[in-house]
Amino acid sequence: MTDFSHVRQDFPVLKRQIHGRPLVFLDSAASSQKPTQVLDVMDAAYRTYYANVHRGAYLLSEESTTAYEDARGKVARFINAGSRSEVVFTRGATTALNMVAFGWGMDHLSAGDKIMLTMMEHHANVVPWQLVARRTGAELVYLPMDADYQLDINRLPDLLDERIKVVSFTGMSNVTGTMPPVAEIARMARDQGALVGVDVAQLITHAPIDVQQFQADFVAFSGHKMLGPTGIGGLWGRPSLLEEMEPFEGGGEMISDVQLEGSTWAPVPHKFEAGTPPIVEAIGLGAAVDYLEKIGMDSVRRHGQELTGYALNRLSELPAVRVFGPADLTARGGVISFALGNVHPHDVATILDQEGIAVRAGHHCAKPLTRALGVPATVRVSFQVYNTRDDVDALIAGLRRVQEVFRVD
Amino acid sequence: MSIEELYRDVILDHNRNPRNRGTLDHPDAHAEGNNPLCGDELSLDLRLDGDRVTEVAIQGQGCSISQSSASMMSQAIKGKTLEEIEAVIATFKAMMDIQASPSRAGLDPDRPGAVLGDLEALQGVRKFPVRIKCANLAWTTLEEALRSGKGKVES
Ligand SMILES: Cc1ncc(COP(=O)(O)O)c(C=O)c1O
Repeated sequence: MTDFSHVRQDFPVLKRQIHGRPLVFLDSAASSQKPTQVLDVMDAAYRTYYANVHRGAYLLSEESTTAYEDARGKVARFINAGSRSEVVFTRGATTALNMVAFGWGMDHLSAGDKIMLTMMEHHANVVPWQLVARRTGAELVYLPMDADYQLDINRLPDLLDERIKVVSFTGMSNVTGTMPPVAEIARMARDQGALVGVDVAQLITHAPIDVQQFQADFVAFSGHKMLGPTGIGGLWGRPSLLEEMEPFEGGGEMISDVQLEGSTWAPVPHKFEAGTPPIVEAIGLGAAVDYLEKIGMDSVRRHGQELTGYALNRLSELPAVRVFGPADLTARGGVISFALGNVHPHDVATILDQEGIAVRAGHHCAKPLTRALGVPATVRVSFQVYNTRDDVDALIAGLRRVQEVFRVD
Repeated sequence: MSIEELYRDVILDHNRNPRNRGTLDHPDAHAEGNNPLCGDELSLDLRLDGDRVTEVAIQGQGCSISQSSASMMSQAIKGKTLEEIEAVIATFKAMMDIQASPSRAGLDPDRPGAVLGDLEALQGVRKFPVRIKCANLAWTTLEEALRSGKGKVES
């Protein structure tokens, strides 16, 4: 097993006591904790060279601009983009998906066209398309899930007809942990002439990502789930897509020239970054990428698999636990949803919280999926680089406590 | 603070064996409530005879706090007049108000259950502020149902 014990020391919040117990943080899929290495870089930016970017003809602004653009370069390298100009900084995955849905969809979709999503999507990859469908008259089609909690790609040839203009799907489910075969789905969709997008908000922090190997047209992600700060994330886009897409927002920074009757846009990616961007957040995201690369994403993936395998094993000790997700560790990441007998997930989460264990209970912003699972809500645990087998052991002990309180056998 | 303060036996009992479950044909008042945060759902039917609630039927799903609160509420309001019910609602709300003390809510600390019966077991929820919404769901739904049924009552 990879030695990740040193990693914990980098996350100050993990030293906290919760209700008199050491914190066991198992909700990183909602948002991850931040290492000192990210906090320090952000602190230093504010303390030593902060200024607005792309504006001032003075040293601080130049330093800020360099740090901001360097962060873009780090993100580009992290996902193996062809160049840094293919990476647009956004507020997060949600904004990135809205940018494409509106910036591309409003000009390319009309009545009779279809948008293909899947049953596994986070609302961030459903609602923007619904909004655009409503305005353009396009229809929505959902790729179903099979009995193994995988996307049913056998249905793809059927569903993918020439009316499908865009296929947008998740690289890893934030509920079941399922990792669909991204490159394969992308290839089939592209062969049909559709624009292809992948929501990698979860995948990006659980496995190495190579957008060139995906052969998709765009990917969306959030910094805060990958050890970076909130308020920053990104859209990677194929250069031809970014060129043809309309900017989603207008304002400062994103123009080349402004005349009274109209304007011309700054070159990609800046045409999509209207207004003063979250400068220090972007720099913090760059530091998070440095941190993950230092561990190595292959090690991160291995650690996640080992921990997930261990957790699934230990959960199987409790007969009342029912896991909603693939058993195959090569086809899933470190997010596990489950039910504990008839105890409502909300009650499970409250009791675990009393034991210092933070888990998520609910529909995880993926209502079509939880509905398909046949439950109103699930308990979800999710792992990050700082989680250990001890955390899993604490979880199991906590679940035994829930069983005691609710008298579950 | 122990978890048993929240999950009192009465609450677990109402959760396991909810009272007055079901629906009514042609109810005189009806409302639905939900708590989008955790997915608690409730549907409430009332039968009125003059200004008296004679039947209560509840359907729903959700956490033990929301479901037991609904079950206990159904017992507390069945057979009561609208005026009496308004008073129960007011006492319950005051009891769940974190700012107010139980005695200000009109409860008698020396005689637990004397004022609101089983419902007083929900006081423990005050120490778990994120769960207060769960306990209140049945009551906001009840208020909604009474508003919707008012026309009928007076006619
Ligand atoms: C798969 C997936 N997509 C998109 C999002 C949305 O991310 P954000 O809220 O950071 O924009 C999330 C966050 O929960 C997610 O898990």
